Amino acid sequence: MSATLSESIDRLDAAAESRLDSLLESPGDVGILDEHAKRELRRAILTAVCVPGYQVPFGSREMPVARGWGSGGLQITLALVGADDVVKVIDQGDDEGVNAVNLRRLVTETTGATETTEVDEATVVQTRHRIPEDELDEHQTLVLQVPVPEPLRGVERNIAELGRMHAEADYSRMWVSLYEDKVRNGVITKSTGYPCLVGGRYVIATTPIPRWDVPRLHHAPFLSLFGAGRERKIYAIPPDTDVEPLTFDDVPFEVERTAGARCALCGATEAYLIEVPPSVGGAEDGRWICSDTSWCRRRRATDGDA
Amino acid sequence: MIGASPMRPTVLRVEQLGKIFGSQDPAAVAQTGPDAGSEKSPDGSSVVAAWDVSFDVASGEAFGVIGESGSGKSTVMRAIAGDHSASAGSVWMQRRDGSTSDLLTMSPSERRALRVDELAVVYQDAAEGLDLNVTAGGNIADRLTAAGCRHFGQIRERAAELLERTEVPLDRMDDLVRTFSGGMRQRVQLARALANRPPIVLFDEPTTGLDASVAAGVLDLIRSLLEELGIAAVVVSHDFAVIEMLTSRCMVMQHGRVVEQGLTDQLFEDPQAPYTQRLVAAARA
Repeated sequence: MSATLSESIDRLDAAAESRLDSLLESPGDVGILDEHAKRELRRAILTAVCVPGYQVPFGSREMPVARGWGSGGLQITLALVGADDVVKVIDQGDDEGVNAVNLRRLVTETTGATETTEVDEATVVQTRHRIPEDELDEHQTLVLQVPVPEPLRGVERNIAELGRMHAEADYSRMWVSLYEDKVRNGVITKSTGYPCLVGGRYVIATTPIPRWDVPRLHHAPFLSLFGAGRERKIYAIPPDTDVEPLTFDDVPFEVERTAGARCALCGATEAYLIEVPPSVGGAEDGRWICSDTSWCRRRRATDGDA
Repeated sequence: MIGASPMRPTVLRVEQLGKIFGSQDPAAVAQTGPDAGSEKSPDGSSVVAAWDVSFDVASGEAFGVIGESGSGKSTVMRAIAGDHSASAGSVWMQRRDGSTSDLLTMSPSERRALRVDELAVVYQDAAEGLDLNVTAGGNIADRLTAAGCRHFGQIRERAAELLERTEVPLDRMDDLVRTFSGGMRQRVQLARALANRPPIVLFDEPTTGLDASVAAGVLDLIRSLLEELGIAAVVVSHDFAVIEMLTSRCMVMQHGRVVEQGLTDQLFEDPQAPYTQRLVAAARA
């Protein structure tokens, strides 16, 4: 490499560094999102809360994580939390998943919020694929990372037509897809992202949570915020809102359940269990463990005390 | 009720319906029509696809619209159905609740709601009236769920009943409509149109494109259904046989205008307008 080239690279480096320093020092703009971005996000969130289930568009920013890796949930969390907040992040119910750990670090280090793995300590719980087994209360907010916010995407691809269907609450084609599923398979096979009617008006995708968690959204005491970074949409379920899974009158909604399955670690049967290879987590005597790791750990600790 | 005899109340009244494509220049109306020999204005800026079209349909009656390709008959049907907007006139329809509404002043969403259970359409191209990637039963379920039915067993039962009535083999009920023949697609379309027992059904060339024997079967079916269910119908076709078989009254259109209107038998036996005479002569040849 020629001396001139390496000198100019050094110069550029120095310039970038000093610019970064000045950005970090500028008052008001602390963290990843600037104040304008936070304001826009908060407005979108307020709109979403006012019109439960309606997908509010927002200007999704570039995040230090790739789109599809929780950038929507991350932006909501960053717009919500301050130094007083306590943040829990889970991935598939697990606080120690690589993605969960990285997002949690990112949030706490750039906002001054503190981190936790305990639900009852958290003010904000950011999640991919689960609602914690513990009941959240009205002081807590659940932030969900959403890959596909549009529940009707499977039956219609034209965006203008999708807008019309939501505007007129014309969901008959969603019902047809459930009908066809039942005809073809004998049961409704749709698992995660089960379509639900929110507040008797909008159908939402409850992605990415499993069916197990769907009934827990109905009249929940807490606020749920759904963020889709790639699709640039935010929607919400305010506290005490009707959330009804779409199902036929004579075909009851069922949650996932495997007869005889119990957690190999804590013995729970009434929790969302995941199947694992026998060697994982010392689960020699069974192939099932709780998906919510912190809940499972606490149950074992309490058993030990008793 | 739209002022008619107590025996057969009028359920649909079309008054001076007009549709101009392109420039909405009223001067184009005088420059087009059978006398001008074209529906296109001389400067080419507008097409008067239909103008001053009036007719009414009584409860349980089938009314025919006949004319050659481009005469405006499908335009009239689509303006009534709400597939495109009209430029002039009104379409009064007797509603289920006994009131009367002008369809042309209703919002697009109100008109779509009307299509659920008050006004059904059977198209020439089954792809327009059906979702080909859904099963025959699913296409009927679409209308039933749109009308609020949420009972899987009842949906299955009603779909089977309708398909049986329209002579679609029940073992094809759970097959995709894409795999069906043309005649069977029309039968499924018919079943779907009748799903919520609409009092009025519009037929746009329901048998065009089918081979003769299949077309005859579908026509037979439509006729017996209209009689049995007491449905009022508007049948649009270029085919004399279809109009003759299904309707009691009809009108003839040419270059976007009505050239003759009357009882179907009389009109075909004793055509008055030169255009109708040519049309009948061609059909009888």
